[in-house]
Amino acid sequence: MHPAPSVIIFTTLSGLGFGLLVWLGLGLLVPTGWVAFAFFVIAYLLAVGGLMASAFHLGRPERALKAFTQWRTSWLSREACVSVAALVVMALYGAGLVFFDQRWAPLGWLGAALCLGVVGITSMIYAQMRTVPRWRSWLTPALFLALALAGGALLSGQTVLALVLLPVAALVQIAWWLRGDRALGRSGTDLATATGLGGAGTLRAFEPPHTGTNYLTREFIHVVGRRHAQKLRSIAFALGYVLPILLLGLPLPHLAAALAVLCHVAGIFASRWLFFAEAEHVVGLYYGKRGA
Amino acid sequence: MTRLPETTQRKLGLVIDLDTCVGCHACVISCKGWNTENYGAPLSDQRPYGADPSGTFLNRVHSYELQPLATSAAPHPAAQLVHFPKSCLHCEDAPCVTVCPTGASYKRAEDGIVLVNETDCIGCGLCAWACPYGAREMDAAEGVMKKCTLCVDRIYNENLPEIDREPACVRTCPAGARHFGDFADPGSHVSRLTVERGGFDLMPEQGTKPVNKYLPPRPRDTLEQTDILAPFLEPVAEEPRGFAAWLDRALEAL
Repeated sequence: MHPAPSVIIFTTLSGLGFGLLVWLGLGLLVPTGWVAFAFFVIAYLLAVGGLMASAFHLGRPERALKAFTQWRTSWLSREACVSVAALVVMALYGAGLVFFDQRWAPLGWLGAALCLGVVGITSMIYAQMRTVPRWRSWLTPALFLALALAGGALLSGQTVLALVLLPVAALVQIAWWLRGDRALGRSGTDLATATGLGGAGTLRAFEPPHTGTNYLTREFIHVVGRRHAQKLRSIAFALGYVLPILLLGLPLPHLAAALAVLCHVAGIFASRWLFFAEAEHVVGLYYGKRGA
Repeated sequence: MTRLPETTQRKLGLVIDLDTCVGCHACVISCKGWNTENYGAPLSDQRPYGADPSGTFLNRVHSYELQPLATSAAPHPAAQLVHFPKSCLHCEDAPCVTVCPTGASYKRAEDGIVLVNETDCIGCGLCAWACPYGAREMDAAEGVMKKCTLCVDRIYNENLPEIDREPACVRTCPAGARHFGDFADPGSHVSRLTVERGGFDLMPEQGTKPVNKYLPPRPRDTLEQTDILAPFLEPVAEEPRGFAAWLDRALEAL
């Protein structure tokens, strides 16, 4: 799949922002006044900024409101509805903390559940795709949720929680990579089923339908990343998981935490880039691009 | 809107005969020609005369080489070139429809045609992600998703002569490799062709239940003798005699 910057930025940043909102809503930290204001501004910049970035990849962004209508069937529509609900509820909860020094706990719990829901729903947009075997697994929601919770804990300064959740997310990430590498082969979809020409013999793509590129080859057949995939995985793993864990153990709490957040975000950007760049859409089989 | 209908009254679709298709791409061109000036936004091209041309098409023809396994009867079987036209298969369980967040994509209950209402499409591209066949292409100029309409503006069009009320690709195919009809009717010629020739689904494991069917290429036949006159043509080269033989030897010795 084409690793579109807008979608990588969206899933990474809004995942972090909603993760932070989850911990705020659950009351693990109960800031008030200006401190609360700062926490909520950061969370909203990340969550809303990510959502805005995702609007950039629309062909017709001016019609985006129509995406709220099909929540019965479409995960993307559900994401739109639930993200707005989560942001509204958490804004009310945040207003209580910032302006009234009041913690309206049930509102916070509801908001936290909605924020967690947004992250889960975002991941289902990918996990539902039978056409991309690497994504179609319960490990995809597990990875998105684990990352949002760990990143949120890191951002909210919950060191102990972060030291528990980061290794969990790291394990899910490794499992997701290992499973993903075998997913296309195990999916049962190959050039033979794509064309129905399997039979007895060997089959190869002889000529593509067009000499240039088209929407399909640009959007679904991305092969550049694979050569460097192992290197990038090491970088993503070191920056996203190992370094933040080590940094949190240092004696300089504020500086180390800031560095840990920066490392983590950079690592997750790399991991998310791979999430798209390495994903094999089965339409590539028709172009003979999947080695199957 | 993006809920799929439980059943459709008719199942309009195509049978594509891989045995007959000659790979001329006439269906590609007639499709582009009809659909760029009829249903919905035009099918735009980007840099059509530049170094890196690109464009939106609803129908494309791939070519595959099939090398049969050697058997004792045919120790050196010839490879077969199979031309493979591919467009929307108007799936019964169309994953492109249910993922649409706006309701722009829908499957018609009356005839099963999968269409995009372009005034509702936000161009998110998710339907193209969900389609395993690459049947949907985002138009780079219009920012909306384009797909085969089964020429919905031809097949019911009373302004056209009756012979033209079929999809442009079917109407134009010079080899007769494309057939249009109703798969819900077991007596229709597309249903009968599918049964008689062993029509199959593409990627059945994806669970999309495509309406369009493909007919397999027949195995290549073998001809014992390619030229019926060959047995009567004796080789003409003979050994030279007399002076010519001496000259031949003398020149050879030089």
